[in-house]
Amino acid sequence: MEFEPELVGFLCKWCSSAGADLAGVSRRQYPSNLVPVTVNCSGRVDASFILKAFKDGADGVLVSGCHPGDCHYTSGNYKAWRRVAMVKRALEEFGVNPSRLRLEWVSATEGDKFASVVEEFTGEIRELGPGPFNHD
Amino acid sequence: MTENKKKVAAYWASSCGGCDVALLGLHEKIVDLLENAEIVFWPAATDFKYDDLKGYPDDEIDITFFNGGIRTDENEEIANLLRKKSKTLVAYGSCAAQGGIPGLANMSSREELLETVYTKTPTTHNPEGLIPSEVSTRDGVELRLPGLQERVRSLEQAVDVDFFIPGCPPPPNLTQKFLGALLEGELPEKGSVFAGERTVCDECDREWKGKSISEVRRPHEVEIDPDVCLLDQGIICMGPATRSGCGAGCPEVNVPCKGCFGPPAKVDDQGTEMLNSLASILQVGEEGKGLEEERNILSGLRDPIGSFYTYSLPSSIFGGRVDDGGKDE
Amino acid sequence: MGSKPRVGVFVCHCGENIAGSVDVAKLAEEAVGLEDVVFATDYEYMCSDPGQNKIVEAVDEEGLNGVVVAACSPSMHEETFRNVVEDSGLNRYRCEIANIREQCSWVHRNGGTSPTSKALKIIKGAVQKVKRNIPLEPVEMDHSDKCLVIGGGVSGIQAALDVAEAGNEVILVEKEPTIGGHMAQLSETFPTLDCSQCILTPKMVQVSRHPDIELMTYSEVREVSGFVGNYRVTIEKKPTYVDPDACNLCGDCEDVCPVEVSDEFDEGLSTRKAIHIPFSQAVPSSYTLDEDACLGLNPLCCTECSDACDADAVNYDESSQFVEEEVGAIVVATGYDLYPKEEMGEYGAGSYQDVVDGLEFERMLSATGPTGGEVRRPSDGEVPNNVVFIQCSGSRDPENHNPYCSKICCMYTAKHAKLYKESVPDGNAYVFYIDIRAGGKEYEEFIQEVQEEERVLYLKGKVSKLEEVDGSLRVTGVDQTIGEKVEIDADLVVLAQSIIPSDRAEEVSKQLNLNLGPNGFYKEAHPKLRPVESIGGGVFFAGAGQAPKDIPDSVSQGSGAAAKAMDLLAKPTLSQDPQVVEIDEERCSGCGLCLGQCPYGALELNSRGIAEVNEILCEGCGTCVSGCPSNSLSLKNQTDEQVNEVIKAYVGD
Repeated sequence: MEFEPELVGFLCKWCSSAGADLAGVSRRQYPSNLVPVTVNCSGRVDASFILKAFKDGADGVLVSGCHPGDCHYTSGNYKAWRRVAMVKRALEEFGVNPSRLRLEWVSATEGDKFASVVEEFTGEIRELGPGPFNHD
Repeated sequence: MTENKKKVAAYWASSCGGCDVALLGLHEKIVDLLENAEIVFWPAATDFKYDDLKGYPDDEIDITFFNGGIRTDENEEIANLLRKKSKTLVAYGSCAAQGGIPGLANMSSREELLETVYTKTPTTHNPEGLIPSEVSTRDGVELRLPGLQERVRSLEQAVDVDFFIPGCPPPPNLTQKFLGALLEGELPEKGSVFAGERTVCDECDREWKGKSISEVRRPHEVEIDPDVCLLDQGIICMGPATRSGCGAGCPEVNVPCKGCFGPPAKVDDQGTEMLNSLASILQVGEEGKGLEEERNILSGLRDPIGSFYTYSLPSSIFGGRVDDGGKDE
Repeated sequence: MGSKPRVGVFVCHCGENIAGSVDVAKLAEEAVGLEDVVFATDYEYMCSDPGQNKIVEAVDEEGLNGVVVAACSPSMHEETFRNVVEDSGLNRYRCEIANIREQCSWVHRNGGTSPTSKALKIIKGAVQKVKRNIPLEPVEMDHSDKCLVIGGGVSGIQAALDVAEAGNEVILVEKEPTIGGHMAQLSETFPTLDCSQCILTPKMVQVSRHPDIELMTYSEVREVSGFVGNYRVTIEKKPTYVDPDACNLCGDCEDVCPVEVSDEFDEGLSTRKAIHIPFSQAVPSSYTLDEDACLGLNPLCCTECSDACDADAVNYDESSQFVEEEVGAIVVATGYDLYPKEEMGEYGAGSYQDVVDGLEFERMLSATGPTGGEVRRPSDGEVPNNVVFIQCSGSRDPENHNPYCSKICCMYTAKHAKLYKESVPDGNAYVFYIDIRAGGKEYEEFIQEVQEEERVLYLKGKVSKLEEVDGSLRVTGVDQTIGEKVEIDADLVVLAQSIIPSDRAEEVSKQLNLNLGPNGFYKEAHPKLRPVESIGGGVFFAGAGQAPKDIPDSVSQGSGAAAKAMDLLAKPTLSQDPQVVEIDEERCSGCGLCLGQCPYGALELNSRGIAEVNEILCEGCGTCVSGCPSNSLSLKNQTDEQVNEVIKAYVGD
C-alpha cells in the first residue's frame, strides 16, 4: 500500500484556521492527510509540541500563523518563526530531515494558499517517506 | 544492634564515578551514618562480589544509591538485581536520573562509537582495526564482555525507581538531608525528586533586567556583570529550565548552569524547553524586523544538543539521534 | 473535571454538507467507543431547535459533563452551542466544536474513507480537549464612561456629537488649530452642490458648545496604555500662544506680523502670517501663533503681535501641556491625505505650477479661497480656457502607485468640471478617466448631467505624458473610444490624486495596537460584518482612515462608530474572555523571561519575585506559556497537556 503521511498542522485561530475555513467555504479540495490543531496563536506552539508530534508518529508537522505584521496578538508569529528555526536546527542534529517541519504564513483570506500548502507538504512528505517514529 | 541498622548499598554504572566520591563527600557525617547503617554492597568502596548480592533475599537492602546510566548489559543486569534486592532504589546523580553526560553518546550509533573509540582517536594504535566483541575465544577459553547497548538510558528507563537525587554530582547536603529523612522514616512520596521544586533562578541572585536578548555569546567573550542574569548577557545558562536545589553555585561564580539537576517538575524535556525559551527571547532590533538574522543566530548555534541536553539527552523526547533516511536538500 | 468525564458527541449532518462526504453514522458509532464518551448521536441539523434540544436532553439524561459538537467551524456556531450547553446547566466551556465541515467534509469530497477517518480524529481530539476543560466565568471589570475621538474631520465631529448626545463625555482631539478637516477646505459638495462650509460649520459650532465635549485642538495623542474600557491616554496640547477666551478675533496681530509663510489651509496657494487663524469660521475661533514660522520665541525676537493685541491674549510663555485622561472607548477618525503630486513622475512630479491636485482646485473654487472663488491659474493668475482633469492619478495603478480605487475622485472631478464650466462658460473641460464609478445616491445622474448638459468632454483613456510646451501644458493621452492618440494644450491640469491614509495613521496604529491593511488603511475586525470595529475591541473607525470615503459615508461611519462606542460605554461592566494565562505559584522562579514576551504588558513580577498575570490585560495568546522554560504558566483550556493529548489522538494509533 502506498505510504500515506500523517501530518499534524498547528493553525492559529485568527488567520490560518480561518484560512482553512475559507478553503472549505470555497470547496477547494486538498488531501486529508493533515489534521489541524487550532491554537490561539502560532506563538502558542511550543517546541515540545512539535517534537512530541514526531515522537507520537507524525511524519510531518506544519505550523501556520498570520503573516508578519498581521499577528492578531502583534508578535506571536515572530516567536513561532524563531522557535521553528530553532527546532529545525535541532531536528537536523537529531538526524531528522528539517523539511518535515514547515512554517507558513496563511491569512484568513488565503484559503487557496492553505490548500496548496497542504497539498505540497503532503506530496513532499510522501516523497520523504515515514517519519522518525512512524514504525507502523 | 546490627539488626536495627539500615542496610545500604551503592553502585556505579555508566558514569564517571564522581557520585561514589560524592557519597564520601559526606566527610565525618559518614561516621554518623555508619552508626545507623550498614553497607551491604558498594563495589567502589568495599569488597563485595555480584554473587554476594545475588545471595541476598529479595528486599534485603533498605536503600540503594545507584549512580550512572544504563549503557551495558552488565549495567542493566545489576540494575535489575539491585531493584529486586532493594526496598528503596535511588537514582543518584544526573546519569542515573536523566542519563547524564554519557547519554550524549546517543547522538551516535553503537557502531560509530566503537569505531571512533577503537580506531579513530588520535591516541589509538590499532593498525588491524580490531573492535572488541562480546564473545571471543582465546586458548580454547571463551571470554565474554558485557554487551554494549544501542543507547544509554536513565535508570528509570530500565527499572522502577523510587527516588531521584539529581546533580553532577549531588551536593553532599542534599544526600545528607535524604539520609536524614530515610533514618527518620520521613521519605517523600515515591517518584519524588529530592531537590527543589522551582528552578535554579529561584536560588540565583542575578537579575533578568531586559526584555529580550540580541545575541548569543560564549562566557569568555563577555566581561560578566555579576548582578545581571547570564542569559540577559547573552550567555546560554540552563538555569531557567533546571530544577533548583543546588544552591546556584555555578552562576554565582560566573559559570552558566549546565543543567545537571535536570528539568523542573512540570518539564519533561529540559533541552527542548530551553531551546524554545532561547528562541522566544532572542530578538534582533525591533520585534519582527530582524527575523532573518535571528534565524541565522539560532541555526548557527554551536552544538545545540551538547549545550542544551548536556545531562538529559536519554530522557528527552527523542532520546538521541534518530534514523530518518534523507537529509535536507 | 472533578468527577469522572462523561462526554457526549453530537455529529451534525449539515444536510448533505457533512453527510455527503463523511459517514456520520459511523462517526457516532465510533465515538461511543471512545474512552469517557458515554453518548453519541448524529442529527441532520444540530444547530436547529430540535438539534439543540438533543444536547439539552442528553446532558440531562446521560449526566454529561462535556459536549463535543462535530459540525461546522467554531466561528459559525461555537457561541450557539456554548449557549445551549449553558442552558442545559453546564459551564459554557464544557463544550468544544470539532470542525468537520470547513476543515474536512467540504475539502475532501473525493469520497472513500479518508474524510471519515480524518473527521474521527478531529472528534477524538475534541473529546480529549473537552474532558480536560475547566469551567470558567467571564472576567468582569469596570470601565470609564468617556470616549476619546481622534480626529476632528467630519466623521470625528459626527462621532463626537452622537456620543455626547447620548450622554457620554467626549474628548475630541484634533492636531490642527481648528476642527473641520478636509471638508472645511471644500467648495461645494457633490452631487447636491451644497456649500461645504455652510453645512459643516454649524456642526463645528455645535461641537464647541456641547457641554459634554471637551475639544482639544492643536493637540495630539502621545501615549496610550490600558485596554478596552480602561485606556489611559496622554494628550499633548501644543501651545497656541493665544488665549482663546481672551482673543476677540480683531486681527490686529495678524496685520502687524512680519512673517509670511505658505498657507496650508489654502494648500499653499496663498500665504498667511505666523500668527493666523486657518479660516474665519475656525473652531475654536482664536488665533494660533505658529512657533515654527515665528521669528523666534526663545529668545523672543519680535513682540509685534503681543504689542498689537488690546485683549492681552498673546502669551509667549505658553508651553506644551500634557493631559492624562482615562477613556473607555476610542473612535479613530484620522482621515486622509492626498497622494503627493511629487510622486507622479509622469505628470511632472509637482514641478509644473499649473498642475494642481483636487484640494488645490477646491480652494480655487471656494468663495473664501485665495482667488475668491474664481478659477485662476497659479502661474500668472489668468483664467484658464482649457482645463484637463485627470482621474485615477495615483490610483488603480499597482505597478507604479496605489492599487486601489480612491472612490471619490470620479464624483469630485465631475463636480470640478461643472463648477469650472459655471465659472468659465466659454472654457473647455476635458476629463480623462479609466471608468466612471458613480455608485451612490443620485451620483450617476450627476455625472450624466455634467457630461450632457455642461458639455464636458469625457475621454476614456489614460494620460501618458504631461509636459510644458510654449507656456502651456501638453497633455498626451489616448481616447480608447476612437482608439486614437489625443493631444490637448491645457492652461491648467487638475490631478484627481489618490486618497491615502493620513500620516498620523501609522503612529496611531502603533499607539493603539491596531492593524493596518496593505495600503496603510486601518484594518477592521471584519470587512463586511464588523466594518467599524478594530480587532482588539474598544477602538472604532470612522471616516477615510479605514478606506477612501465620501462625506455621506464618512458621516454614516462616524455615527456607526459612535453607536459601537455607546454600546460599549452603556454596559455596566465589561466582561473579558476568561481563557487567559494562569501562573503556578509553586513552580515559578521569577526568572523573568516571560515578561518581555507579552505584547500587552500583562505580566510582571510581584513582591515575592514571581510572575503575576493581569487577567484584564491578558488576551490569551499563550505565547508566554510556550516561552516559559519551567512550564509554570498555562493557558486556561489550552494547556500543554490538552494540546499534547489532541496530537496523540491524531497520530497516536
